[in-house]
Amino acid sequence: MQPKKVKKIKAEVWDLRLYVAGQTSKSIAAFANLKNICEQHLKGKYRIEIIDLLKNPRLAQGDQILAIPTLVRKLPQPLKKIIGDLSNTERVLVGLDIRSGATLP
Amino acid sequence: MAARKNRKRLEVLEKVPTGITGFDEITQGGLPRGRPTLICGGPGSGKTLFGMEFLMRGATEYGEPGVFISFEETMEEMTKNVASLGFDLKHLMATKKLFFEYVHIERSEIEETGAYDLEGLFIRINDAITIVGAKRVVLDTIESLFAGLPNPFILRAELRRLFRWLKKKGMTAVITGEQGTGSLTRHGMEEYISDCVILLDHRVSGQVSTRRLRILKYRGSTHGANEYPFLIDEKGITVLPITSLGLRHTVTSQRISSGIPRLDAMLGGKGFFRGSSILVSGTAGTGKTSIAAQFAAAGCRRGEKCLFFSFEESPSQIMRNMQSIGVDLQTPVKRGLLEFHAERPTLYGLETHLAAMHKLMQKFKPGIVVIDPVSNLGMVGNEADVKLMLIRLIDYMKEEGITALFTTLTNPGSALEQTEVGISSLTDTWLLLRDIELGGERNRTLYVLKSRGMAHSNQIREFLLTDHGVDLLDVYIGPSGVLTGTARLSQESKEREADKMFFQDLECKNLRLENRKKAMEAQIAAMRAELESEAAEVKRLKEQELARKKERTALKKTMVRMRKAD
Repeated sequence: MQPKKVKKIKAEVWDLRLYVAGQTSKSIAAFANLKNICEQHLKGKYRIEIIDLLKNPRLAQGDQILAIPTLVRKLPQPLKKIIGDLSNTERVLVGLDIRSGATLP
Repeated sequence: MAARKNRKRLEVLEKVPTGITGFDEITQGGLPRGRPTLICGGPGSGKTLFGMEFLMRGATEYGEPGVFISFEETMEEMTKNVASLGFDLKHLMATKKLFFEYVHIERSEIEETGAYDLEGLFIRINDAITIVGAKRVVLDTIESLFAGLPNPFILRAELRRLFRWLKKKGMTAVITGEQGTGSLTRHGMEEYISDCVILLDHRVSGQVSTRRLRILKYRGSTHGANEYPFLIDEKGITVLPITSLGLRHTVTSQRISSGIPRLDAMLGGKGFFRGSSILVSGTAGTGKTSIAAQFAAAGCRRGEKCLFFSFEESPSQIMRNMQSIGVDLQTPVKRGLLEFHAERPTLYGLETHLAAMHKLMQKFKPGIVVIDPVSNLGMVGNEADVKLMLIRLIDYMKEEGITALFTTLTNPGSALEQTEVGISSLTDTWLLLRDIELGGERNRTLYVLKSRGMAHSNQIREFLLTDHGVDLLDVYIGPSGVLTGTARLSQESKEREADKMFFQDLECKNLRLENRKKAMEAQIAAMRAELESEAAEVKRLKEQELARKKERTALKKTMVRMRKAD
């Protein structure tokens, strides 16, 4: 099971969307943390889109955003949401479901 | 001048009319403007509907657009739900009078990874408010966030911030909360929203449910503290104040006939007062419905509109039965003057009955209302509830100047002067019907127990149901009270017999007197004849004497001549 899954993940592109509301300390921290994690675990196969709800408030409805910051994993399926400033790396990995892949050599 | 005016306005809490029938009366104006109000209650108590109606009425009747943030129902579900109440959610949204935002969170999708805030929700609400220029906001039910989002500490702080923010924006907000065990809301929302708290309750007693509303708290305003029953029907929520604010109805001294001329005579000669309430009580089969029907029929003959609520018989049954005593109810029904509403009391709760009656009265605008019998309402509520309901009903009818006739069934076991639902003190005129058992038969009698404001008869009258309606009879009082039925008949015939005897006696005496008079007259005639004959005798003697004297004188003269003396 495990190797198969790794292969699958490798083949996919990680489409991530970070919702923020202006340049707050939490948003900045979240972006920095996300960037770090992606560079470490998903190098070369991720895409981050930052949506500032202050500029596009209507976009909050589509992904049902309440909390800020929220990271949405659009791809791979299924959809995942991670709220908070992403300072707890362990939980971000669990939340994004990349923890299993990362532990393999 | 302007400044003073302004300050004066600031001193009083401004209120926003909800448009919910009855609610604005008990809160003396509605909800506090620019402040959040908490509506709490159990499942199915009508919280969402309250919020929705507040927005709908605001948008359509008061020109205040609103935002509905739903945490539970989707747009499609809500559209269907309110369509049954006659609101077109889609149209209101298209015309930018209302904005519906469905906020959904799936706990399983969410992972918490550090500090967060609810800015996303704020932005969405703010955006919605801006789009329609909202003045009213409803959050239904924001507590479901507790189930969807981790870290209740952050959530609490954020909710506190949200309510403050809404207040700052001048939004009149309604926040609904599910009732928890031992607290008003499951997550203690009452801690944050303390300006106005309204509790909705849905109780079932004796298999009949009643919704009730209570204002727990209303800062800066007086309010009714009672539990107010309310109902949800096809027009939304209707809150019914327990009693009208005061006994202020004006009365007329106009009188209307009871439909029974001899009963009118007992009531000071003119019948009931218009706009008064009349109670007809009695045991089973004493003729309560007949009296009620005759009163209604008489009203219709005068051209008045009459509403007949029947809790026991169907309209056609009443009409057939009344036909048998010569009271025609078909014609007024056909002419649209009389309207029947027959329902089993158990069909719905007291409040619904009351509201249904209100509505019918408002629509039909009757001059006379008959409720036959009110005692049956005791089936769906306890005595106190029924009494409260009737107080409200009577108050309403008095205000509208409607003459009301209630019939009530008295149990044979209980005292006659006790009505099942204890409403005797509320009514102005009380007719008591009773059976008198005498000489092996039961007969119907009627008396006026009380009648406010008129000199009424104190007699117990027997009445008959004849083929031309109710007929009151003369009173016969025998050694053991009022005589009724055959006892009365025998008394009547006895009296007739006595009359006859007396007449014959008189005739006889008269004849005798006549005879004696005749005999006497004959005697007098005989005596007079005797007297006359005696008088004639005396006269004859006198004439003889005179003749003799003459003869003697003549003789003397002759003798003198012959003697040639002197």
